[in-house]
Amino acid sequence: MNTQDTRRPAGKKLSLKEKYAQMTRGLGWDTSYEPMDQVFDQLGLEGIKIHDWDKWEDPFRLTMDAYWKYQAEKERKLYAVLDAFQQNNGHLNISDARYVNTLKLFFTGITPAEYNAHRLFAMLGRQFPGPGAAIACQMQAVDELRHVQTQIHSISQYNKYFNGLHDHTVMNDRLWYLSVPKSFFEDAISSGPFEQIIAISFALEYLLTNLVFMPFMSGAAYNGDMATVTFGFSSQSDEARHMTLGLECIKFVLEQDPGNAAIIQRYLDKWFWRGYKVLGLVSMMLDYMLPKKVMSWKEAWDIYFVQNGGSLFNDLSRYGLSMPKYWEQSVAEAEHLSHQTWNAFYNFSGAAAFHVWLPSDEDMAWLAEKYPNTFDQHYRPRIEHYRKLQAEGKRYYNPSLPMLCQTCQTPLIFTEMDDPTRTSHRQLEHDGDTYHFCSDGCRDIFAEQPDKYVSAWLPAHQILQGNCVEPGTEAAGDPGADALRYFHVVAGQDNLDYEGSPDEANWRRWKGLDKTTPAAAA
Amino acid sequence: MNTIQSTVFMALQTNDDTRPIIEALQRDNPDAVVHRLPAMVKIDAPGRLVLRRSTVEEILGTDWDLQSINLNLISLSGNVDESEDEMILHWNR
Repeated sequence: MNTQDTRRPAGKKLSLKEKYAQMTRGLGWDTSYEPMDQVFDQLGLEGIKIHDWDKWEDPFRLTMDAYWKYQAEKERKLYAVLDAFQQNNGHLNISDARYVNTLKLFFTGITPAEYNAHRLFAMLGRQFPGPGAAIACQMQAVDELRHVQTQIHSISQYNKYFNGLHDHTVMNDRLWYLSVPKSFFEDAISSGPFEQIIAISFALEYLLTNLVFMPFMSGAAYNGDMATVTFGFSSQSDEARHMTLGLECIKFVLEQDPGNAAIIQRYLDKWFWRGYKVLGLVSMMLDYMLPKKVMSWKEAWDIYFVQNGGSLFNDLSRYGLSMPKYWEQSVAEAEHLSHQTWNAFYNFSGAAAFHVWLPSDEDMAWLAEKYPNTFDQHYRPRIEHYRKLQAEGKRYYNPSLPMLCQTCQTPLIFTEMDDPTRTSHRQLEHDGDTYHFCSDGCRDIFAEQPDKYVSAWLPAHQILQGNCVEPGTEAAGDPGADALRYFHVVAGQDNLDYEGSPDEANWRRWKGLDKTTPAAAA
Repeated sequence: MNTIQSTVFMALQTNDDTRPIIEALQRDNPDAVVHRLPAMVKIDAPGRLVLRRSTVEEILGTDWDLQSINLNLISLSGNVDESEDEMILHWNR
């Protein structure tokens, strides 16, 4: 039997470029039973013109065989660490049980978003006729599913010992603050294929995911969380490839037709602002929720958006693209974002699936050092006021339901960037109704596609309309209590302050911090 | 536009696999700045950063497959140009 490959000289291996060409371009074909434009029927809808799909370049030149090889190796490394983490009670080695609240937010907010990203890329791969693009999307769809699975697996160890991690899928569908990341992905997945890839691969992954995965995962390591840093960096090693896909995609589209630039700029403006609004949650994770802090939100924004995004847009200016609209505002707001976001959760912690707390004196000294222009002036006095009320037994809870932004679904908790005493609130009339927004950016996005955003499922509205009652149960008549059951948040266990929570009591017992408890004495 | 001085970066996990990679990057890119953060090493360079397989192999004393960088790469910035022999990150302007 002759097993010699006759297409090339014996013994000579294909170069990386040749191999990539064979394994991608060589696998594509044009349909003959049905016309191509009907098979790929979404391509023409957005006005983007592509003349030659073969110009698509994947700079990593990763073929499927190499992909499986490296992904399998990543999994082996990850699961070795997870075994060690579980066998050695790794959850007891974190800096403080407060830290686990960042995982609750991550697991209910970001893990389901990874699943939505999986769905999005599986559909996108189907929409692109170029095999280079289709294969990159296919790999990413598999990556995103891997992220969901490894995150569920890693965090399952915490779910055995801490509250609030028991039902991330239902919470993502129903919990008010999780509608912010959820609506981001649903907005993307219901867009045209080019808008989807610009939204996720470029605006989210290239511009913004570094803000989640780099300082936060480094923070997980610093706080002793071996499981999270390992799945985080395992996910992020795929992310480096996704980001490169995002940049290649935008260059490819811009080089295909001069008319594409205006459409791409509109997508960039929109998705930068949508992504930035989701990151408010990350800002408070860095500044308020990590017991041992790595870097401030403002420092992270300066490095990963101003410096890194600035370099990127210098490069893209040759295609006529400019920095996304309102980017200056995001820089000005970096001095305020985390303080205002954490304050909102302190106000509404009765309806959250994680715990809150007031910063310690040491935390406040760190915040004052990192935010010399704003913290002592605006935010320390408010925290000291809350402290005083708590000491008097009058812990402040906001009894109302907040007004939500029609576009990003964030409550109207932010101030004007040049006046931290005035709430930022914008309005627009559409078809005889008044709609409310948190910012000029969100109002502009609505104005472009009002019919899309008027149908938004806004949690505060739904609660008031009586639509947030657990299916199969009777409404108790107390909308707050009904909503908590609907969210699958266990009142008195998952919500409210860390101090006094079952999580705190367990932690003190496990760590022997309470000399009076029998467990510590035993 | 903006007045940002363009930088590229590569961020790697802190582990034994990446020590020779970081050393090679420092050797081949004298302007590179190495930041050591918890669990992560971030290497910044003005405009261009090159990773050469031959330099990593010289440090390791054995063969090294450049694509295996995928196992330990956390993030990067810049246009990527990769072959069997080197991986270049660069901005065009």
